[in-house]
Amino acid sequence: MLIFEHSKKNRVAKAQIPATVITKTNIPSNFLRKQKPLLPEVSELEAVRHYTRLSQKNFSIDTHFYPLGSCTMKYNPRGINRMSQFHGFLNHHPLSLDENSQGFMICAYELQEIIKAVTGMHAVSLTPMAGAQGELAGVAMIRAYHKSRGDHERNEILVPDAAHGTNPASAVQCGFKVREIPSNAEGNVDLEALKKVVGPQTAGIMLTNPSTLGVFDRNIQAIAKTVHEAGGLLYYDGANLNAILGKARPGDMGFDIIHLNLHKTFATPHGGGGPGCGPVAASARLAPFLPIPMVTKVGDAYQWLTEKECPQTIGRLSAFMGNAGIILRAYMYARLLGREGLRRVAEYATLNANYLLARLKAAGFTLAYPTRLASHEFIITLKPQAKTLNITALDVAKRLLDYGFHSPTMYFPLLVPECLLIEPTETESKETLDAFADTLIKILKEAETQPELLKNAPHTLPVRRLDEVKAVRELDVVYQEPIEVY
Amino acid sequence: MPFIPHTEDDVKAMLAASHAATIEDLFAEIPKELREVDLSTIPSGISEMELSRLMHDRAKKNNSLSCFIGAGAYEHHIPGAVWDIATRGEWMTAYTPYQPEASQGSLQLMYEYQTMMASLMGLEVSNASLYDGASALAEAILMAMRLCQTKNTLTILLPQTIHPHYRAVVHAIVGQHDANIIEISYDKKTGRITLQNLAPLAENASILVIPQPNFFGILEEAEELTAWAKQKNIMVIGVVNPLAMALLKPPGEWGADIACGEGQPLGIPLSCGGPYYGFLCCQEKYIRQMPGRIVGRTVDTQGKKGFVLTLQAREQHIRRAKATSNICTNQGLMVTASTIFMSILGPQGLRKVAETSHQGALTLHQMLTQVPGVESVFTAPFFHEFVIRLPQSAESVLKKLAQKHIQGGFSLNSTYPELRECISVCVTETKTEQDMEMYVKDLRKILSC
Amino acid sequence: MSQIPKTLRYSKTHEWVRKEDDHYTVGITDHAQNMLGDLVYIELPDIESHLESGQECAVVESVKAAADIYCPLAGEVIEINEAIIDNPQLINEDPYGQGWLFRIKPFENTNIELLTAAQYTQQVASEAH
Repeated sequence: MLIFEHSKKNRVAKAQIPATVITKTNIPSNFLRKQKPLLPEVSELEAVRHYTRLSQKNFSIDTHFYPLGSCTMKYNPRGINRMSQFHGFLNHHPLSLDENSQGFMICAYELQEIIKAVTGMHAVSLTPMAGAQGELAGVAMIRAYHKSRGDHERNEILVPDAAHGTNPASAVQCGFKVREIPSNAEGNVDLEALKKVVGPQTAGIMLTNPSTLGVFDRNIQAIAKTVHEAGGLLYYDGANLNAILGKARPGDMGFDIIHLNLHKTFATPHGGGGPGCGPVAASARLAPFLPIPMVTKVGDAYQWLTEKECPQTIGRLSAFMGNAGIILRAYMYARLLGREGLRRVAEYATLNANYLLARLKAAGFTLAYPTRLASHEFIITLKPQAKTLNITALDVAKRLLDYGFHSPTMYFPLLVPECLLIEPTETESKETLDAFADTLIKILKEAETQPELLKNAPHTLPVRRLDEVKAVRELDVVYQEPIEVY
Repeated sequence: MPFIPHTEDDVKAMLAASHAATIEDLFAEIPKELREVDLSTIPSGISEMELSRLMHDRAKKNNSLSCFIGAGAYEHHIPGAVWDIATRGEWMTAYTPYQPEASQGSLQLMYEYQTMMASLMGLEVSNASLYDGASALAEAILMAMRLCQTKNTLTILLPQTIHPHYRAVVHAIVGQHDANIIEISYDKKTGRITLQNLAPLAENASILVIPQPNFFGILEEAEELTAWAKQKNIMVIGVVNPLAMALLKPPGEWGADIACGEGQPLGIPLSCGGPYYGFLCCQEKYIRQMPGRIVGRTVDTQGKKGFVLTLQAREQHIRRAKATSNICTNQGLMVTASTIFMSILGPQGLRKVAETSHQGALTLHQMLTQVPGVESVFTAPFFHEFVIRLPQSAESVLKKLAQKHIQGGFSLNSTYPELRECISVCVTETKTEQDMEMYVKDLRKILSC
Repeated sequence: MSQIPKTLRYSKTHEWVRKEDDHYTVGITDHAQNMLGDLVYIELPDIESHLESGQECAVVESVKAAADIYCPLAGEVIEINEAIIDNPQLINEDPYGQGWLFRIKPFENTNIELLTAAQYTQQVASEAH
């Protein structure tokens, strides 16, 4: 039932409504709304019960193993969440005077410094509110850089065919044309193909390393050289930073501009789809273009850098300074782990991925890149099973839900047919990985003898498979009730 | 090692299965020269107990004083139930609902949110959120530009009564496209946009943005402005305070095409400026051009009602370079809290909060303008914020008030230099008469020195 | 196995073309509609619009994918199939018949290079690696 279906006219949560008697108003009556908004009229208990029970219909990291490739579903530390709610942070207005905001600003500044260190870059802005906004900032900075040098011919951004969809989308949002370059059978960018397409029209290339194919591109230095020599810049999509955190740095690989996903690598909560945080880190030549505001230290005091101090900035991307609460959480995570702990993230994420890969390989699953080590994730393809058993990656993914595992990422990257992109993360135990592998093996056996168990999965969740075609053809995106007039 | 469960035995067994001698071997594919990483500038790890002390200390340095600042972020009472429930693991650590069967909680909540927000705006449909109010405005303008469907450079009318940071974000994001953004000045007496200022610049204009209330707290004549715009075939975007919309006429009732703004007043704490969330609503005929996620209701194979992400072909993961936006992660947890908030407050509760805030602002405005030297600046009615002129340096007065534990307002000197020594002051239902009397008393003291 | 009628011609990008008296009818092949899945939305070119060979001229959308349609020959659009706008599933059900997309009249001197059914069949087979 929807919350509206629990409503009863004039039911109110009395404890929550101001008891003030309204005696004066200055608002002319023609400014007042005529139609009563469709908001629930329930008691506080009804609201609490409704949203508590709804939550129980969700899978989450706190309740299920969630090996979603490219999403880094690691444990979101509870202590950190608690501390981010200390009064001084939670109830602090963003436009408070600087001298009253030093506590937050110290944390933001120190996080900027930590990110500089792990990425090997020169300067950092924490303001983009998600990875995609970080990409937008980075691509806008590339554009601003070329423009500042009078280099107006560079209108093309190169993107591997395996790239995450936000990459070409962000490039287009900044007025660029997108050209795809192919990956080879090893999962690396095809260097020869790249050499053919770079030129005076190349503004830059957007890469992830390890790539979305789950493997480290060993040619990265050659790629950097090729693009730089043609006058282009290198953009690093940090979605897979969990694989190399503390073990290798994008700055050392030759990247000019980087974004991170703090809601992946730095364990801030995924919240059902955000909030995220996508800071950008830049090399020295791109630093002047970083989005504002940023925190700087002058003597013992922390101050905001704005348009005044950064005249070449690409500007503001949010009303205040981005997702401050997420910045705090990421800072706390980095302090808890420290330099040794940050390094261990990549070590154990990689160990877990390779162990799971070994178990699945031994069980007869087909790896997309069998000659390569896994990074923090790897891809299996169910194409052989699709042929012989007539089941798809989707069927397997849905059946996994019945066994209490969230499915891995399906059908991404688009290059590998019937693929599952598996990323266990470092916070999962060997027992969980074994249980997952055993379950996949079991499901494949089911496919041989009782395929309808897969085809009709899931069977045990609040709903069965949903009609997504009907959802588009018969659009129903709001609950409707006759509108009441005041 | 925080959060890593492996024992030595685990590691041994896992390395053996992976045919690796050490964990370092698993990084062999990374060129050796790239693996020399110096992290010495990063401090060593600390325990949660030590971190807690550190953060207590930092939080104390972040003095939270009695707050009369608005300017885009508003202090309202949030029932304890809201975040108690929103921080349940099932809400907080869930992911984007790509496997709908495993996400019916999040999906149903978003459907309920879409219903509430669309209705609050007086419009037909809503998306499931964008990053914040400022970026939502930028996306709304880009959406309107797509709907205008012309190869010519479009002209967008952007009043200066819109939050200065919102305008900056519009320039940063919309400025990446081929667009002609014209800022419209306001009437110095009323604090409003006037047709007089608007009309001469409206030749070839395609889009008009109307704030409500505006950055000065003033109520714009939104209905008249919209009627004028519609006559000229101009698309209208309302950028509004959603709490105010529980009381005031929303963009749908003006006749606007799109509504957007900042959802923070609905159950989101100030938290140093974020995370908040942006909302975007529109008439149903425009839904295919709306960016961001949209949840739809459908049925499963047994005919049972259920919820899914719909119209996904607009989004980056399918349409890639041709997507309506590049947005992927949005502000799911904030929407969760906001929806619970709206459910507990209901239409009457929200309306009462709005009326109480307005009444408080009227009271404080009257009290402050009776302090010698303090002037009222604009004549038009305001919602819960107003602008006053001080007889001394605004920065210096605000500093001294802060020393007395009062955050008196936001100085307009840097963003509206023509309004010398003016501050914007906000009152919400959280302020009592005593709070206001304290403010006035301290201001008198400061100004008499 | 998808249907590939011998009487039609094809483009590399999975459009089919049927010669009428003074114009051509264009649609998407059975293979294409099968790959896309249940279609939910169509965007067609404007009538009287002038298109070049290979130009993106329409979009078909399913739940999980969106595909651009490339005009197979240069000319002027003289008619669009209104029926599929409200019923995109006609394309899935009858891609070569009721599911046609638009009719186009070629310009004078337009070069028309299309695949035969045999050539298209080969292409589809090779794409299936």
